[in-house]
Amino acid sequence: MSGGHSTYTPKSGIGRWIDARMPLPRLVHDSFVSYPVPRNLNYAYTFGGILSIMLVAQILTGVVLAMHYAADTGLAFESVEKIMRDVNSGWLLRYLHSNGASMFFIAVYIHIMRGLYYGSYKAPRELLWILGCIIYLLMMATGFMGYVLPWGQMSFWGATVITGFFTAIPLVGTWIQELLLGGFAVDNPTLNRFFALHYLLPFMIAGVVVLHVWALHVVGQTNPTGIEVKSKTDTVPFTPYATIKDAFGMIVFLAVFAYFVFYIPNYLGHPDNYIVADSLKTPAHIVPEWYYLPFYAILRAITFNIGPIDSKLGGVLAMFGAIAVLFFVPWLDTSKVRSAVYRPWYKLFFWLFVANAIFLGWLGSRPAEGVYVALAQISTFYYFAFFLIIMPVLGIIETPRRLPNSITEAVLEKNKSGGAGHPAGATASPETRG
Amino acid sequence: MSANDTIDPGRRDFLYVATGMAGVVGAGAVAWPFIDQMRPDASTLAASSIEVDVSSLTPGMSLTVKWRGKPVFIRNRTPEEIKAAQDVQLAELKDPVARNANLASDAAATDVDRSAGKDKENWIVMVGVCTHLGCVPLGQQGDFGGWFCPCHGSHYDTAGRIRKGPAPENLPVPTFAFISDTTIRIG
Repeated sequence: MSGGHSTYTPKSGIGRWIDARMPLPRLVHDSFVSYPVPRNLNYAYTFGGILSIMLVAQILTGVVLAMHYAADTGLAFESVEKIMRDVNSGWLLRYLHSNGASMFFIAVYIHIMRGLYYGSYKAPRELLWILGCIIYLLMMATGFMGYVLPWGQMSFWGATVITGFFTAIPLVGTWIQELLLGGFAVDNPTLNRFFALHYLLPFMIAGVVVLHVWALHVVGQTNPTGIEVKSKTDTVPFTPYATIKDAFGMIVFLAVFAYFVFYIPNYLGHPDNYIVADSLKTPAHIVPEWYYLPFYAILRAITFNIGPIDSKLGGVLAMFGAIAVLFFVPWLDTSKVRSAVYRPWYKLFFWLFVANAIFLGWLGSRPAEGVYVALAQISTFYYFAFFLIIMPVLGIIETPRRLPNSITEAVLEKNKSGGAGHPAGATASPETRG
Repeated sequence: MSANDTIDPGRRDFLYVATGMAGVVGAGAVAWPFIDQMRPDASTLAASSIEVDVSSLTPGMSLTVKWRGKPVFIRNRTPEEIKAAQDVQLAELKDPVARNANLASDAAATDVDRSAGKDKENWIVMVGVCTHLGCVPLGQQGDFGGWFCPCHGSHYDTAGRIRKGPAPENLPVPTFAFISDTTIRIG
């Protein structure tokens, strides 16, 4: 899909003048108008676009919230309450920002699952996938530091627990932790630097997103069949086809977002964070935001020493390992077939993985005692087994279903056997009006 | 003479190496203050010693004070608590080291070495930060009647020694001393 020469022709004199000097309109035209996309993309493929607008939305609401927020332990909690009560529309902007973070993560999890299901990470899209993993890591860091800013009890103790991870590192752990905190415990220096970094990281995310989209546009999008685009009939132009589909997906997604903001704005939060931080009193039950819960469950599942590694370091290694393993997925999956559509066994294990990840999240919200610990250990085992055992082995022993010869053939075949109410030829020949 | 004719190649090599070295050393020198500024600052370090009046603590009473941003538990233990801690064999302990900043780093975690020492065994002073991930344990709770961390379920005994749960070490005893019969200086 790359290498196709540009079809942009400036229409006006000013257009030609700009095109000769800095061809930005040409870049936009080639990337988002005439850019060919596979004709069979489904709604799972709209989440890239949804994530882009969520990033913009978070930056916009974040910048205006920063105008009213005070990053000082004596003022932070009060300033957030002031935003909620006194600042005009402050309640709306803050709820948009706090729920926006959750929506951002919902979208990114669907986006990642889409990639795992359709094998989007396979050659030649390894770098594209890795850039995505980096964005995800940056998102987690940003979300964590943002949660500290309201300076409630969960802010403070979440920060204490998470910076406590670093003390598990032998020899230099405590030094690193003090470096992160700027003191011996979470305090004013910590809040200040977290605020500065929380403001910085989204722009770094935006930078990596540019690389992510660039890499995407070099290798082209995958599609539900996992077959590469072979001819012009396999694709449609980005505008209007993908543009309209993305726009529809975004509007539906934003409607869900609005439901959270206007009807259940604190549903995904924790009531303890409306109590001002107290460094002498730990809440009875510390839980991170919902989007970290599966990793929190993995952290707590390691209650035993593994050789020279004690349970604390083991838990931290397992937790970081759960994210690190994503970076190696392109090489762990040995199957020659890209899409789960043609891999009956992979499909089964994939959905088990999704169910298991949600189960881990639920376990992360439970206290770490009794049967929950054992369940978390089993669940953690499956999480790693999926990547480290099932992916490499299944690729070798699984017999995939017959692949169609091209995207066009797959689409036409689907329509032949077609569902009721689906006009024949609507997707097969989108360029004609049925 | 063209620009490509080098009279003395050694001079050019020297310039390359010297430029590269100056660049590397300069980059390191510039990078360090950016890292260094993140370390605890002078005001944080200055507040690293406090004095606490413990005259009002009768046996069975505890006090929590803030030291270096962390809670420090000071407890006047009851005879039963001391007895319970003394009866524990070292072999039963998950962490057999005293973790007492006032003693040698390899001192054993006997009850006397965890406490304020001989004749002051009723006093125990510890940083009240769970050695797992930094929560504040709750006093006189858990399976051993000592401290219990609600975050991830670590149980400490009446001498603050880890007995059960994910925490790897005993609650640390900070540097402290009785500067009079009723005043403790911590730090």
